[in-house]
Amino acid sequence: MSGVLAVLEQRDGALRKVSHEVVTGARRLADALGSGTVDALVVAGGTVRGTDAVGGFGADKVITLTNPAFGSYAPEGYARAIAERVKAGGYRAVVFAASATGKDLAPRVAARLGRPLAQDVTDLAVEDGAVIALRPVYAGKALLKVKVAGSPAVLSLRPNVFTPVRRPKSGTVETAPVEGAAGRVVVKEIKAAPAGTLDVAEAPIVVSGGRGLKEPANFKVLEELAAAFGGRAAVGASRAVVDAGWRPHADQVGQTGKTVSPTLYIAVGVSGAIQHLAGMRTSKVIVAINKDKDAPIFKVADYGVVGDLFEVVPKLTEEIKKLHG
Amino acid sequence: MKIAVCIKRVPDSETRVRIASDGKSIDEAGVKFILNPYDEFAVEEALRRKEKAGGGEVVVIALGPAAAQETIRTALAMGADRGVLLQADRLPADGLEAAKTLATELKTGVFDLILFGKMAIDDYNHQVGPMVAELLDLPCVTTVAHLEIEGKKGTAEREIEGGVEVVEFPLPAVLTTDKGLNEPRYPALKGIMAAKKKPLVSKPVSLDTGGIEVLGLVPPPERQAGKIVGEGAAAVGELVRLLREEAKVL
Repeated sequence: MSGVLAVLEQRDGALRKVSHEVVTGARRLADALGSGTVDALVVAGGTVRGTDAVGGFGADKVITLTNPAFGSYAPEGYARAIAERVKAGGYRAVVFAASATGKDLAPRVAARLGRPLAQDVTDLAVEDGAVIALRPVYAGKALLKVKVAGSPAVLSLRPNVFTPVRRPKSGTVETAPVEGAAGRVVVKEIKAAPAGTLDVAEAPIVVSGGRGLKEPANFKVLEELAAAFGGRAAVGASRAVVDAGWRPHADQVGQTGKTVSPTLYIAVGVSGAIQHLAGMRTSKVIVAINKDKDAPIFKVADYGVVGDLFEVVPKLTEEIKKLHG
Repeated sequence: MKIAVCIKRVPDSETRVRIASDGKSIDEAGVKFILNPYDEFAVEEALRRKEKAGGGEVVVIALGPAAAQETIRTALAMGADRGVLLQADRLPADGLEAAKTLATELKTGVFDLILFGKMAIDDYNHQVGPMVAELLDLPCVTTVAHLEIEGKKGTAEREIEGGVEVVEFPLPAVLTTDKGLNEPRYPALKGIMAAKKKPLVSKPVSLDTGGIEVLGLVPPPERQAGKIVGEGAAAVGELVRLLREEAKVL
């Protein structure tokens, strides 16, 4: 029982950025456990671009398990391959990303191992040799501190929380074929969102709109602001406008939507209902733009502008363009 | 078509969370409890599938305290046929223990589909559905936002970062449902009256505590209210300066 295994993610043969966060979290855990080594594992159809950079975030060894059946995510095949590797490696902890794939895969691997799972972890520590995890519950209205007993501890880390830390040391890279079929559940196709679209849960900047936008077409104002950040921003939405059918559920921030922790969250025409605040209060910096100076959103915002969003936002877009221009 | 739906009684999403005196749970005094919103999509989908198939049975199964009978009645009022309460006063924080208890019950029936909400809005465990699937060795698709079933073959869509995954699977299967899959119906008065007469059995269960020990439940760090930079478009210049120089995020 020694090292920590970081489970990385690839799509179309390229490593996903969230993998750097997983390695960073795994490295922190390994250092705290005093066990030292971090192995990083990615399951793929062939070689994966970007694995050589993972050592720079604290992985001692990066292993790509290849199988022609594993080009696309294959939940059953991946779970089996990873669980076998965990058993063989005798790891003290296994760390996933709490991404769409990670949240699907981690419970399967944990169940196969007969181990408990702490999902969507935002902080990690080791006390008296035990893994301690902090996880938001009740949509972030409270934080649950848990001790994950036994070995291996299985965890998934909330995206955008474990900021990647570069290390001078770089690890070794190896590729090994792995046996097994994809399984009964098969990904047939990925319908990609328009190029350059970021997910609100992973974007470093989120521009969110609420009822103050007045009608669906007016979200164009927010899309233009997001575009001014040059591919680093996503457009989010409040529950009210999602329930009204103005925006897709995928964009919803709040208790029945996504919980986000971007570097910058700009709430536009969002009043700040308790269930919305629960979904974005862990953002690093919050800006609120609202015409009602008593709106609850101003109570959590670092910076507020009181005024008509149709005047304020285009001006902001213009200023951001200047910075990036 | 025979469908099982696993549901949970949870505090209403508008609840203001107060920490109980044990420092490890919420103070339930005055808290309104509801059927977990993601489970409503699962109940609705089960009813639609049964209606489409022209027959079958929808069984709702809840793991929880005696008060979860009310939650089961809500699902029965929507149209489910019968309910099973696996009665336990306290649920462990370890989702695998809940999964084991549900899997034991599910093994006693033969189901074409076993549905869950993608997660419960109280513990955010986000794991019991796929764990049950592993324990029962059934195929599983999580966070389903669109579903088509033809005979023994299903096609589901699930949202992933930057796109939608189209997934094929054979029945019987375990699915967890996401918002967007359907619009859950409200129980009509007739349904509410009928639900009172529908069969609901309670079975006491005892769960192991599992491997997750709760050390504490704490409020999130308070955010200091910041400053109003100014009014209208004239404030934008100062806002950008503050974001660059003070917050250093631009």
